Amino acid sequence: MTRRLVGDWLWPLLVFGAFAAVPAIHVSIPKLFDQPIDSPGTLALLAACLAYGGLALTYDVQFGFTGLLSFGHTLYIALGCYLSNIAITDYHWQFWQGILFAMGVAFVLANVLGYVSLRVGGIAFAMVTLAFAQAGAVLALKDPHHWTHGEEGLGADYTRLPKAFVGIVNTKNLYWLALAFLAFVFFVVRWAVDSSPGRIWQAIRENEMRVEVLGLRPHLYKLQAFVLSSTLAAAGGIVYMLLFNGSTLAVTEPNFTLTLLLMVVIGGAGSRWGAVLGGILYTYLNNRLIAVGSSSTVEGLPHALRTPLEQPLFLLGVVFILIVVFLPGGLAGLAVRGRVSGLRRIEAAVRPEADAA
Amino acid sequence: MSTFVLLTLTGLGLGAMYFLIASGLSLIYGLMGVLNFAHGAFITVGAYGTWWTSIHVFEGVHSTLWRWLLSSLLGLVCGGVFAALVELILIRPLYSRHIEQVLVTVGLQLAFVALVTGIWGPDAKVFVVPPWLHETTDVAGAHIPNDRWLEIGTAGVVLTLLQLFLRKTRYGLIIRAGVENRAMVQALGIDVRKAFTLVFAIGGIAAAVAGVLSGVYFNVVGPDQGTSLLIFAFIVVVIGGLGSITGSAIAAVVVALTQQYTNYYGGSGIGDIIVVLLLGVVLLVRPRGFAGAVVGARA
Repeated sequence: MTRRLVGDWLWPLLVFGAFAAVPAIHVSIPKLFDQPIDSPGTLALLAACLAYGGLALTYDVQFGFTGLLSFGHTLYIALGCYLSNIAITDYHWQFWQGILFAMGVAFVLANVLGYVSLRVGGIAFAMVTLAFAQAGAVLALKDPHHWTHGEEGLGADYTRLPKAFVGIVNTKNLYWLALAFLAFVFFVVRWAVDSSPGRIWQAIRENEMRVEVLGLRPHLYKLQAFVLSSTLAAAGGIVYMLLFNGSTLAVTEPNFTLTLLLMVVIGGAGSRWGAVLGGILYTYLNNRLIAVGSSSTVEGLPHALRTPLEQPLFLLGVVFILIVVFLPGGLAGLAVRGRVSGLRRIEAAVRPEADAA
Repeated sequence: MSTFVLLTLTGLGLGAMYFLIASGLSLIYGLMGVLNFAHGAFITVGAYGTWWTSIHVFEGVHSTLWRWLLSSLLGLVCGGVFAALVELILIRPLYSRHIEQVLVTVGLQLAFVALVTGIWGPDAKVFVVPPWLHETTDVAGAHIPNDRWLEIGTAGVVLTLLQLFLRKTRYGLIIRAGVENRAMVQALGIDVRKAFTLVFAIGGIAAAVAGVLSGVYFNVVGPDQGTSLLIFAFIVVVIGGLGSITGSAIAAVVVALTQQYTNYYGGSGIGDIIVVLLLGVVLLVRPRGFAGAVVGARA
């Protein structure tokens, strides 16, 4: 009991507490960051890292813990990001009303779309969720009601946002917001996967048929996991909107979901710290590799070598493939050597029926 | 009336590309259980292979028709070889680990688009084709761009060839049997893995054909073209039933025509939404798709 208390609550609290102190530290780490740690530029980068860590963890609820391979997670992030912004900026609602509205719509839609798409499993589920997300992306791009402003994106009306989150001076507040979001998701997920439905999610991941034989309805439990994951993602979308001062089409595109998938797998699927670490590391590298790509050492390389290095997604994609092939437990799998972890545990959930029989 | 004819033939041209992509996806999934995201990369390889060879290898060929035909042929070879290599190097070592196979293809697709963007830049490239493809033919008062005939004709030929291959040859028999029950085929002492590489190569060539045709249809090739076509091909595969070529062909026509009509009569973008709704309805009524009685995802 004490061990669980320490491992599940005390350690995370200490880690998040340490992160909370970061804006108060005035040091420079030359190679890792261009500017001192407490400068707005570095804090904004760190805030993005933390927010992506949280978003990756919301994806891990359905992917790593329940074995649902969704390619449409970004739909709910986009709902949070766009709906809150549209309500506040275009319709002049109060900030809290916008948030409640976005969360409410995301919750209802997750129930409806989850109910439909969970009628199929495995790979078909992945394709259906992808299709729904694509519909969202098309809506946001074509913008039939002049809500999303298509390719321009929708900048948030900063006069209607809480003052604490506006302006460069307040970057540290945005950092704390991202950290609070991450911590919130972390503890909710911690509580959820350890609750009795959460254990059934993991049982479904390992062997759905056995859950069915026990007289439980997997569909209902999968829907729960899907809705929790999607609603948390919508909250992440709102944080994203505040961090980046508005909404852009990038959050609606299917590639955004694939990015989260990369983060979770690199860090370790089905592991809370793994997903968070994957999200933070991926975001950091994605930002920093561009700087490395244009640095003088790389400039000197021949064209054929230099071009791939200037594309962070190419490098990260290759790293991802290597991890999938050689380290299916992800980085977190290194900590639990010998035990089945990460992708190996999800295998049964995605295997086609012909093979499972 | 003339608008309707134009919409129909344009829809069929688009459906032809969906079918070419979906047929490979569907066969690969039916046989191996792999949802192949890298199919988008195969499309890109075909399109860029054709574009690159037409300006670097066949730039001396004066007749635009021959130049286009020769470079397209090389583009298709590139697509087939690339697909076979992907199967041999990335998919085979992960045999029977489905999730990892799928994820590897996802990684490959993302890395490949980034690589193409890095080498040739994010801008779309103009695709050189014989000028008569951009002329029009009058049908019932409508001016139909000639490339529509090319797309529809090619898809028809590929459909016929695929059906002949699957029905009349020994490898076709093995593939059909493997789609139905892979374990049983293996139990009969047949090495199914050769069929895997073959199916990937076929799918790669079909996708490369789609890549070339998309270059003709849109006049340009760009790094993201493959990805956007791929998503609708996925929808076609699910609606048509995983593992069925005929199902894919029918679904490709239904999806493309629905998209064209509703995009025109209902407003831009509505067609794409309607197609997704169609997918939802099909899943609710027939979770295995039109023709997916044999192999389907778990219902």
